[in-house]
Amino acid sequence: MLKVKNVNVFYGNIQAIRDVSLEVNEGEIVTLIGANGAGKSTLLKTVSGLLKPKQGQIVYEGKTINGKAAQTIVKQGISHVPEGRRIFANMSVEENLELGAFLRKDKAGIREDMEKVYELFPRLLERLKQQAGTLSGGEQQMLAMGRALMARPRLLLLDEPSMGLAPLLVKTIFRIIEEINKTGTTILLVEQNANLALSIAHRAYVVETGRIVLSGSAEELTASEQVKMAYLGGH
Amino acid sequence: MEFVQQLVNGISLGSIYALIALGYTMVYGIVKLINFAHGDVFMVGAFVGFYAITILDMSFFPALILAMVVCALFGILVERIAYKPLRNATRIAALITAIGVSLLIEYGVIYFRGAQPEAYPGDVLPTSSIDIFGVAISSQSLFILTISIVLMVILQFIVHKTKIGKAMRAVSFDAEAARLMGINVDNTISATFAIGSALAGAAGVIFGTYYIKIEPLMGVLPGLKAFVAAVLGGIGIIPGAMVGGLLLGLIESLVSAFGYSLWRDAVAFVVLILILIFLPSGLFGKNRREKV
Repeated sequence: MLKVKNVNVFYGNIQAIRDVSLEVNEGEIVTLIGANGAGKSTLLKTVSGLLKPKQGQIVYEGKTINGKAAQTIVKQGISHVPEGRRIFANMSVEENLELGAFLRKDKAGIREDMEKVYELFPRLLERLKQQAGTLSGGEQQMLAMGRALMARPRLLLLDEPSMGLAPLLVKTIFRIIEEINKTGTTILLVEQNANLALSIAHRAYVVETGRIVLSGSAEELTASEQVKMAYLGGH
Repeated sequence: MEFVQQLVNGISLGSIYALIALGYTMVYGIVKLINFAHGDVFMVGAFVGFYAITILDMSFFPALILAMVVCALFGILVERIAYKPLRNATRIAALITAIGVSLLIEYGVIYFRGAQPEAYPGDVLPTSSIDIFGVAISSQSLFILTISIVLMVILQFIVHKTKIGKAMRAVSFDAEAARLMGINVDNTISATFAIGSALAGAAGVIFGTYYIKIEPLMGVLPGLKAFVAAVLGGIGIIPGAMVGGLLLGLIESLVSAFGYSLWRDAVAFVVLILILIFLPSGLFGKNRREKV
């Protein structure tokens, strides 16, 4: 579904991504794990068109998408839930969800998807008219995910959904991620909490200083000594 | 009773400031640029209205709409040529460019038509006095106030109910997140410049019909005062610009009413200094808190 081929990304003169290649197949949850600053978020931003790769190619459903504008990529079916949620805090929950469907014109479909979002996140329905900035951190994460789903994506990019949330809430969010995946949305998940990410993912890539150093099925990586030492806190 | 008349004058003047201030505040909200050329768009609007009335023989409303359309296109043009290439430059570079654009428009107009002033024909709007509770209020002031209020209501509708308005609010809050929603940031910024400039153009025509005299440098002082009004209300906040404009107009005419008419220009800047010292985020501004 998504193929990233030998991509290099720079911030000015600093290289953030070095010759990264990866693949996401339809229906999978694929996770990128690695330390802070390894380049995971940069990679997601490059896929969603916020950053342009200097070299390399990104192919989505057979079409090259690198260098395309972010709005074109959203239209093709990739939604990105950014790090730190980035909800529109000065607008109501409902307006945030409407903005998620900005490019769509099918009113009936939009309403249908709103209902689906409320089913996944009943909390949002309770707070529909409330200003998004007054939501708790967990609710904001739900809103950010709901907003992204309103574009009816086939591939969902999730950046650090567990960041700053209480453990119980993190569990809920990850259960919902699995649920979203089961309804047919492919997921590329960036997460610092490697244990958690590996527990729901099918496959994983380990990113270190802008390179992919290891990849495999979630089970293989969970069992790998190297990953245990570096990311799972084991001995 | 003279006091009430001064109050009415103040509100009329204030609504002109408010219309100009809206453009300042909207543009600042979306690109964080104080567009110092905005007062000159107001001047261009006044001249377009003047030529539409005198040469094209239009009546008030067609002239107003023509001036708004021309200014909207002019605003888009200025943004694309002068500001867009500087979007990722330092803010001071964009600010200096805005001052340059301002001078270019002023002296460009002088180059093409000369510096001599023009006078709006006196019969554009009916000039009768309406008697309300013993106070004579010119029908023009009421007319101006009505038009300004209608334009502000339309603006509120656009910003809160239409798709482009929602895009504008989203981009001004977080441009990168807006891109992830599929919003075209460049077009949204153009639309913002267009709407702000159209309002300044309308203010120009209204100014001309009310104060008669127009000239190429007429935008400088109202432009600066509208900027003060925008800061007074809280820069980037639309209702703030409306209230700030009206308040500044009122303050000015009250200063005149108390016999200090020579001070009326200075007072606007005293207000600016006081606001910057005591309430830097303006009347409607608040510090945003981030939740983790």
